[in-house]
Amino acid sequence: MATSVERTVGAADPMVPVPYVVERFIRETQDTFSLELEPFDPTGELRFLPGQFNMLYVFGVGEVPISISGDAAEPRKLIHTTREVGVVTRAMRSLKPGHTIGVRGPFGTSWPMDEAKGHDVILVAGGIGLAPLRPALYWILRNRDDYGKVVLLYGTRSPEDILYSKELAKWRSQFDLEVYITVDRATTEWRGNVGVVTKLIGRAPFDPSDTVAMVCGPEIMMRFAVEELARRGVSTSDIYVSMERNMKCGIGLCGHCQLRGEFVCKDGPVYRFDVIEPLFLEREL
Amino acid sequence: MTDLYPIIRSQEFFKEFSEEDVHEVVGCATNIVLHQGQYVFREGEPADHFYLIRHGRVSLELFAPGRGAVVVETVEEGEPLGWSWLIPPYKWHFAARCDTLLRAIALDGQCLRRKCEENPRLGYHLMRRMAEMMESRLQASILRMLDLYGDKR
Repeated sequence: MATSVERTVGAADPMVPVPYVVERFIRETQDTFSLELEPFDPTGELRFLPGQFNMLYVFGVGEVPISISGDAAEPRKLIHTTREVGVVTRAMRSLKPGHTIGVRGPFGTSWPMDEAKGHDVILVAGGIGLAPLRPALYWILRNRDDYGKVVLLYGTRSPEDILYSKELAKWRSQFDLEVYITVDRATTEWRGNVGVVTKLIGRAPFDPSDTVAMVCGPEIMMRFAVEELARRGVSTSDIYVSMERNMKCGIGLCGHCQLRGEFVCKDGPVYRFDVIEPLFLEREL
Repeated sequence: MTDLYPIIRSQEFFKEFSEEDVHEVVGCATNIVLHQGQYVFREGEPADHFYLIRHGRVSLELFAPGRGAVVVETVEEGEPLGWSWLIPPYKWHFAARCDTLLRAIALDGQCLRRKCEENPRLGYHLMRRMAEMMESRLQASILRMLDLYGDKR
């Protein structure tokens, strides 16, 4: 059914950051936030495909790869969601509207939006892995008639860690989208599911023989999610995962993200599972 | 009395059981309906049943001093609930509270244990299904223990 992942090439010189201005800072959860960026150039725009990432450069601090989490149909408005985990993302956390940031990209492969046409689609997200999948969901919702049943399964640590909670509430109320959320731990005030996201796969309404699955989250979670999807009958050639490695240059030159013969920044981050399977259990290379 | 055979036969849990073995199980089964907020069982009570949820959702709770009731896991339609009926001292370690209206098949643990002793084939199939459930819960517990969503994506 599905055969390839799409690639696009970004700016003319991919090593030169383009200046963007911070339009909005959005606190998502206690330790995650989104930056909404616009190019300084009034005619500038960044066309990307769902699943791709940019290198964001906090001047004087450093550069990090972050998946694009906004809508590909709005190429002047870039949204990136991240967690404060290091020096650069902590510096990003202190950016305010009007501040400048450098953007290189978009880089990497995308979710298989074309291959999924005419099929059921299941999106399985763990934690902040929902961010790289959000553009795929926007895409599907803009082209809803192109797809069969669409199911979003989202697992996170606790109710307080749920990303995009307002949007999730909106999506849950839609008749053309099934959304199931689970948390790892909760108090009795939480009225939803408690347990790992992989458990939701067994209950989700989709036709395993006619489904494309897109999975994003911690690699261990993805591994178990793939096992559950396969147990339900989804072919591993119809399962796509987004790999996270230490991307630096974004164009497959520096080798920081190399997994044997694969450069995750260029050949990934989105891989068809049967292609990446032999490397999936590799320890950090 | 309505025969529970068709209901039990249709449960995923018993799909690989022979007709004869399912009939054996039916002899230990009753149909139950509980309302939202009611407890199926509480911590420390005798674990004399196990349940197959036909409709609704149950929260497994553990009471932690100073934190109140913590939900350990939710169990839903099509899933089995409880394995303490199988393991001495046959006491529940968690409480099970109905999040919604609950319809379930309750299987008498003592009756099942006796039938498993008498019929090793039934015993083997039942143990295998219970082991699968335990493996699945163990894996889930390990994943949650790793706190995967903590530092990195």
